[in-house]
Amino acid sequence: MSERIYTVVPAPRREAIRSMIKRGERVDGRKPEEYREVKIEVGVAGNADGSARVTLGHTKVIAGVKASLGQPFPDAPNAGVQVVHAELIPLASPIFEPGPPDENDVELARIIDRGLRSAPALKLEELVVVPGKQVWRVFIDMYPIDHDGNFIDASGLAAMGALLSARIPKLSTAPDGTIVKSEEKTPLPIADVPVFVTIAKIGDALVMDPCYEEELVMDARITFALTKENHVCAVQKGGRGSFTLDEIQLALDMALSVAPRLRAILDTVQQKVNASAAKPT
Amino acid sequence: MTGEAAAVKLLTEDGKRLDGRALNELRRCRIEAGVLKNADGSAYIELGRNKIIVAVYGPKEVHPRHEALPDRMLLRCRYSMLPFSVAEERKSPAPTRREVEISKVIREALEPAIFLEEFPRTSVDVFIEVIEADGSTRVASITAAAVALADAGIPMRDLVAGVSIGKIEGKLAIDLSGIEDQHGEGDMPIAMMPRLGEVTLMQADGRFTREEIVQALQMAREAILKLYEEQKRALKERYSKVPPVEPGEEV
Repeated sequence: MSERIYTVVPAPRREAIRSMIKRGERVDGRKPEEYREVKIEVGVAGNADGSARVTLGHTKVIAGVKASLGQPFPDAPNAGVQVVHAELIPLASPIFEPGPPDENDVELARIIDRGLRSAPALKLEELVVVPGKQVWRVFIDMYPIDHDGNFIDASGLAAMGALLSARIPKLSTAPDGTIVKSEEKTPLPIADVPVFVTIAKIGDALVMDPCYEEELVMDARITFALTKENHVCAVQKGGRGSFTLDEIQLALDMALSVAPRLRAILDTVQQKVNASAAKPT
Repeated sequence: MTGEAAAVKLLTEDGKRLDGRALNELRRCRIEAGVLKNADGSAYIELGRNKIIVAVYGPKEVHPRHEALPDRMLLRCRYSMLPFSVAEERKSPAPTRREVEISKVIREALEPAIFLEEFPRTSVDVFIEVIEADGSTRVASITAAAVALADAGIPMRDLVAGVSIGKIEGKLAIDLSGIEDQHGEGDMPIAMMPRLGEVTLMQADGRFTREEIVQALQMAREAILKLYEEQKRALKERYSKVPPVEPGEEV
């Protein structure tokens, strides 16, 4: 109900960061519109059906995909199921406390869920095994493991990396009508590759991809999820401040400018995964 | 959103919506301020069939005390739907993940309007109960909550009002009803401080082009200015009812 993450930044430090940003400088030496270096490794958790570890500056997020057969949701009998979960675990930062998921965990998971669903990342209708009865249920679990800001974008990349690298068993029908999982694996049906871009407002300035200290002193943030065609497929404003209409447009243009670069990284992941899958073993 | 969206027709031949509204038409909105005796401030809103009641308690001492903030007021917000408020089967009274997230974004939509730093070590609680839901409840809750905060006498920079912009059959429409939200191609709830023109809540699902986002923000601004008039009317009505203190009368 109230924010649980409350961290005091000493006033001189807060002022230093904010006045630097006023001059167009940032604590980690970046330009206002500069995104940090991104690295994605896939196959980092061998028992998962798909997994990825994303490094965004010093921020690290690990995501895993597990798919299992089960029932569809009653209101969507002819669609597979996508479940996104995130947990801000104390391993990642001294500001996270153990305990049941709070609003920050829930918000993170729901932003990623909306972006993936609206794009859509997964062709859920292709994950139906027996209409109305049996479908693939795809669980995407995201765990930040080191906190240097902007978990939303990093989690989005990790979720997509895990989905793109996932392989699920091919299914066949036995003579008695039962569904059998074969040894042969197949990729998940991917429709789009959304990327998430977060912009922070600090004073009157907009900065791309805020780091941890910038998040502590920011007034507000806004995240855009963008499809391959550069359509917006999710938006989320957060934080105690507000945006003018012009600032929202500026932020959207900043997001649109960096999205192709992030998607190119995911495309490379997809190509590599497909190439290694095609190799005879 | 996909596939099934085409199955439900949301626009009639003459471009009207199922409830007869034009694309840029708000549902009937009525707000009443000061509806509860115990709360320090309260408001009731009807937006179409939505019925929402908001209570504000505070500023008061923070319980538990360790949650008190040294530099500003702690604003707490709980958005909750009564089990029978939904058109579908009974909703479990336990908070859902949806309600947890909405409580957070509503709080962050109200905070920019409040002079939080003027009330360190105090808390203000905003309790929102949806009695009947028919789409756009989170933004209607914000519109009512701002009135309840003003009714409680909390110093504010501006009120906050919200509206959802949706996409139905490829066209932008304001103030989505439940069926439009369910079968439309997108929902973008937006809240603003009407006088200052600043956005305090913005979310979206579905697919929108850059131009549609820009257009949606303009549509939201116009609708929010209309809601702002109703908010002010409700507050004026509430305080015109308070009898003026006669000279020499003991208060």
